[in-house]
Amino acid sequence: MMKKNAMIDRYRWWEVVLMYMGIALFLFFILAPFIEGFLVSLKPLGLLFSTPYKFFPENGSFKAYITMWESVPGFGRYIFNSFYISTIITMVVLALVVPASYAFARIKFKGAGSLLGGFLAVNMFSGAVLLIPLFRLMRSYGLLNTYWSMIVPGVAFLIPTAIWLLSTYMKRIPRELDEAAYVDGAGHFYILRRVILPLAMPGIIVVAITTFIGAYAQQFIFALTFNSKTEFMPLPIGLFAYFGRQEVIWNELMAASFVGIAPAMILIFALQRYLVAGLTAGAVKQ
Amino acid sequence: MPGHKSAVLFAWILLIPALLYVAAIVAYPLVDTFHLSFTDASLRKTTNWVGWKNYQKIFDTEFAEIIGRTFVWTFLSVSLKMIIGTGGAVLLNAALPGRAVFRILTMPPWIVPMAIGIFMWGWMYNGQFGMISGLLQRFGLSDGPVAFLAYGSTAFWATIITDVWIGVPMVTMYMLAAIQSVPVDLHEAAWTDGASRFYRLRRITLPMIFPAAITMSMISLISTFNSFDIIWILTQGGPSGSTTTMIIDTYSTAIGSKKFGEGAARAVVICLFLSAFAILYFQAVTKLSRRMTT
Repeated sequence: MMKKNAMIDRYRWWEVVLMYMGIALFLFFILAPFIEGFLVSLKPLGLLFSTPYKFFPENGSFKAYITMWESVPGFGRYIFNSFYISTIITMVVLALVVPASYAFARIKFKGAGSLLGGFLAVNMFSGAVLLIPLFRLMRSYGLLNTYWSMIVPGVAFLIPTAIWLLSTYMKRIPRELDEAAYVDGAGHFYILRRVILPLAMPGIIVVAITTFIGAYAQQFIFALTFNSKTEFMPLPIGLFAYFGRQEVIWNELMAASFVGIAPAMILIFALQRYLVAGLTAGAVKQ
Repeated sequence: MPGHKSAVLFAWILLIPALLYVAAIVAYPLVDTFHLSFTDASLRKTTNWVGWKNYQKIFDTEFAEIIGRTFVWTFLSVSLKMIIGTGGAVLLNAALPGRAVFRILTMPPWIVPMAIGIFMWGWMYNGQFGMISGLLQRFGLSDGPVAFLAYGSTAFWATIITDVWIGVPMVTMYMLAAIQSVPVDLHEAAWTDGASRFYRLRRITLPMIFPAAITMSMISLISTFNSFDIIWILTQGGPSGSTTTMIIDTYSTAIGSKKFGEGAARAVVICLFLSAFAILYFQAVTKLSRRMTT
């Protein structure tokens, strides 16, 4: 069996060359902006605006990574804000989604299917469609220009996917477990807390990570519309204000972008094994 | 199972917080959008009922053109995402050394803050100093600098390419999962019969992943239609409206000019289109699942 597989997967030399060329082209498209951005961040500003175009920096340095802290005022604050907003969003989403997913995954009740469909329908609407009423809602509750103006709508649009992921995960936990606990006289809440939650932990962590990444990656429209206070701005908006200036100091903007991306990247690479393990564990257990 | 009634009650107790939240932050605003679209709401304290006036007003202007542009933009973007994403998935599925690394390298556009990726594209499109214009000149494909975001037609394509760039990783990962779920025995049987690799791709892999491709393109269609960040950061709908899609148009009317009523009417039209897409989506999914089970 193994042998047969290996033979199916044996390529002729030109096939290998063609496929590597295809992959190189594909990855170039994906990574070109990052490569270019990184090279720009290394170039001194004077060289940046020189023609003809030079791909590689001649006397590159990491100077922009130091000077940006002074020329982008509040840069550290923006990063903190991004993290703060994403962390609160993740916590609120989990608090709402863990019980809801349990109900969808472990209890049979009338209307469960259409209710889940209703939650997923939220994914259809981007925040942009609902901005006007949301703006009025925020204004009447005095949430405009606070952290909450970004957290409250941010949570709503991350709930559907989180419910979907977590209830799928929870469905895989064998039903015999809660039935056995029930026979032993355990209450509903006890089963939820002591039987299912510990087993669902890997799934909960995966959902937490994806929610955090979603919250971190999608901080734009609500922050752009509902907050105008510099001290609450998340990184993308802080940099956008900087980006919109007459004279953009590109090498510093790119350096700042890379520093802003770094936490998300580190998180992915550090947790990657856990992520994969978490997603496959449920499938194997079945 | 005994105690079924109390279990159902327990389920509803668990669901109520999430339900109330979504009702307050999504469902209520949705209803409110419909309501506002019939008023002259603005930053003023008073709002008056104006009936269909907002709708008459928007169809007086170049709204039809904006709708058409949105559809072309969305169609081109979704098609490119599906073609590049599926192609990437086929390549990343090949048993080549290094594929685990290649798969990770596909992820960044998906997981980095969207706005930051768009800033980088903004630089790439720069005529004087950007990479694309620079390389075009280097290879003699263009005589002078090309400022991609300064002209209508190039800005239109530039925003599409950036949207494709952000959407491709998700399509690739999804289609890769679909390819991997194609039963191995099918390939083995065909292989034993002497079918070539390309033949197997065309006659086994592609037909087997077709339902997944339909599902993915519908999901992609809805998110592409809603695309806001890319156009807003790169062009804000310009130059002279050439990248103004319905979402951008709604945003500039509602938030830019603070014409809430008129903006709401535009948002309602978007909702109608989205509902049509959703119906299409559910029909496609049920049809496909019926076909798969029989």
